[in-house]
Amino acid sequence: MTPRWRTRLLVGLALAVIAAAIYFPILRRRVQRAARLQQQSEEQARRELTLTLPANPGQPRVRTKLFWASSTEDGVLVPTTVDLPLSDDPVLRAKQVLNTLLAGPVDTELRTLPPDAALLEFYLLPDGTAIADFSEALATSTPSGIQSEQLAVDSIARTLEADVPQVQRMKILIHGQEMETLAGHLDLTGTFVVNTKPAPAPTSQPSATSAPAADKASAESRKLTPGSVPGKLAQPGHKP
Amino acid sequence: MLLDVQFSLRNGIFLIGGLLSFALAGATLKSSSQASAQTQPATATQAPAQPTIVPPAAGQTQRGGLSVVVLDPAHGGTDPGARGTGGVRESDLVLEFSDSVRRALEAQGLRVRQTRQGNDDPSLDDRSAMANAQHGTVFVTLHVSSTGLPGTVRVYTMTDFPPMTDTTGMLAWDRAQAPFLELSRKLGDLVQGQLSQQFKGSPSTAQTAAVRQLRTTAAPAIAVEVSSVTVDDRAALERMAPGVAGAIARGIAAFRPIYETSPVAGALP
Repeated sequence: MTPRWRTRLLVGLALAVIAAAIYFPILRRRVQRAARLQQQSEEQARRELTLTLPANPGQPRVRTKLFWASSTEDGVLVPTTVDLPLSDDPVLRAKQVLNTLLAGPVDTELRTLPPDAALLEFYLLPDGTAIADFSEALATSTPSGIQSEQLAVDSIARTLEADVPQVQRMKILIHGQEMETLAGHLDLTGTFVVNTKPAPAPTSQPSATSAPAADKASAESRKLTPGSVPGKLAQPGHKP
Repeated sequence: MLLDVQFSLRNGIFLIGGLLSFALAGATLKSSSQASAQTQPATATQAPAQPTIVPPAAGQTQRGGLSVVVLDPAHGGTDPGARGTGGVRESDLVLEFSDSVRRALEAQGLRVRQTRQGNDDPSLDDRSAMANAQHGTVFVTLHVSSTGLPGTVRVYTMTDFPPMTDTTGMLAWDRAQAPFLELSRKLGDLVQGQLSQQFKGSPSTAQTAAVRQLRTTAAPAIAVEVSSVTVDDRAALERMAPGVAGAIARGIAAFRPIYETSPVAGALP
């Protein structure tokens, strides 16, 4: 190989390396975009599944309390009572009431949760610990602030307290992951105390005609409490 | 001979260029792999080792008294906090508020330390650590909400949670606030009482909320949240700064004797 060809070869290699160095970041961006699209479509699919959770019309209608913001008092939740055909199964029932809560009140100004948030999954452990897994929109679209984040979590917990007495405490996940805060303020590393009353025995079915509502006065005066160390579920029996 | 030298020099330059290009490509690929690793959802998280804090002995009084206020302008850096449609950013506003609060506290003879001075974003634990490293401290984290009645101010203290020590009697970092809850509530009520006189529509007593920043703070700690970034005119919020600062300073001054005579401040039972 003559020196001239060797030079040309080296120049060619150098140009190829430079071109690769420019192209790799573009390729990386495309791969990341594709991964994001895939993640979004998976979340959309899960959301569609959960949103189409049927409320069995054959079930007797149950008086259900949903907690949204007060129209007259700043930073306060008030219960709205509606009759819904709810399942007797506590997990299905929790999904039904939370999906109705997420759908929001007639007056959208009073909603406590962002309209694009969805409940992805809901689990109930034998000790009464519920794990509610929400879509990322709950974290990204809830207005940032102590008051707004507290109202969002409070509305979920108090709705569960009123309508699903089997839930004793609640852990919130965002897209299957534990988050440090909801939108920069409220601590999501622990569990929130939902119901301080002992859960009903598993054999007893909730009455179709009477609402399993908690005591209103105690519920409205109580605040949520993280009940455990981060990453661990609360020990039973811990209450504020 | 001269031509040979020139040729060798040229080849050398190309070789160095080629090597640099390879190095550049390598660095790009490395950063790509790091970035894509960060974008992957974590399948398992390893809990970091939890630091601990030595709690004061039961019955110990607050020797030396209250001398330092750690002011925490929340957010900062890439985290703007709450943002209004008019371009108001919580992270900028709280920095301005903290300047006013600092002056008001210094006028009371208190030393003030800030968790951030500029547009940086220390971690939540680093902010708590500044208070936890000192004695005779109270911690005030400043926020501006994105909701609520504009022109009102709310004070929050941490919700109840039991203290927890490890086998050596050390207080767990993630429960550092637990032994201080009672003092925090007294401080919160005093500051909120001052604020309610200054800003009509504000509550008369402090509220409780699971504020992450407060949980790891081993000192009487409150969060003060001004409403809100939704105002059209940023000047409306800026005008609140002297009133908020004065109320916080008066509240802390009223809290000082309570803190200094408290026999169980921060002590585990």
